[in-house]
Amino acid sequence: MLTLLSAAGWLKPGEALAQTAWNKAAFDTKNMADTMKALGGGEPVQSKDIVFFQTPDIAENGAVVPVGITSNVPKTESIAILIEKNPNMLAAVFDVPAGTDPTVTTRVKMGQSSNIYALVKADGKYYVAAKEVKVTLGGCGG
Amino acid sequence: MADPMKIRANVVGDSTEVKALMSHEMETGLRKDAQGQTIPAWFIQNVVVTHDGKTVLSAQWGPAVSKNPFLSFKFKGGAKGDKVTITWTDSKGDKRTDETVIA
Repeated sequence: MLTLLSAAGWLKPGEALAQTAWNKAAFDTKNMADTMKALGGGEPVQSKDIVFFQTPDIAENGAVVPVGITSNVPKTESIAILIEKNPNMLAAVFDVPAGTDPTVTTRVKMGQSSNIYALVKADGKYYVAAKEVKVTLGGCGG
Repeated sequence: MADPMKIRANVVGDSTEVKALMSHEMETGLRKDAQGQTIPAWFIQNVVVTHDGKTVLSAQWGPAVSKNPFLSFKFKGGAKGDKVTITWTDSKGDKRTDETVIA
């Protein structure tokens, strides 16, 4: 029955949920100003309280670049990873509820050498820090 | 259905450290196949991690997250034997949920 409904286009499991919870506008943006607009924030303040770790200066393989970010900004609510020269700038947004350390580690793709921005939302305000990562082999387009 | 995630959760001091490796292509929609046809985008969009019925981390991802995504973070609390559950939803609406026991 479910299959029938899916085939008829009446029911697409999960799709409605994914669309409401996924900020398509933000993930389509190509520069910082547009990303901030889509996220509903103003221009972020440069912060020394945001620290990169495990993030290489030179990444041999752009398809798998480890990125670790810790925010020491009080009341951190979310941590986003933005890659300046990727086709779409926003890579990931992590919402950090109270009780969870404002530290995340993941791996991202980089098309070319670029700045990585760590964008932190804390107490309704946005803060940013940047790190340049050189890529010797691109991660987009194979 | 995608392959199971590999999840590890360990008590470290007063926190629980969670490490997860998901199995997903994470296609960007920008690559072309051998015939020059664009391979459609297909990637994990939402990830939710829960412990004891409470969300301890939620994430929105774009296609710039690497193939077979890795995720690591820590949350306060959690005891040995508790369950940590991770659910992802991808851009095709596919879902996968896996859980592990905190060690």
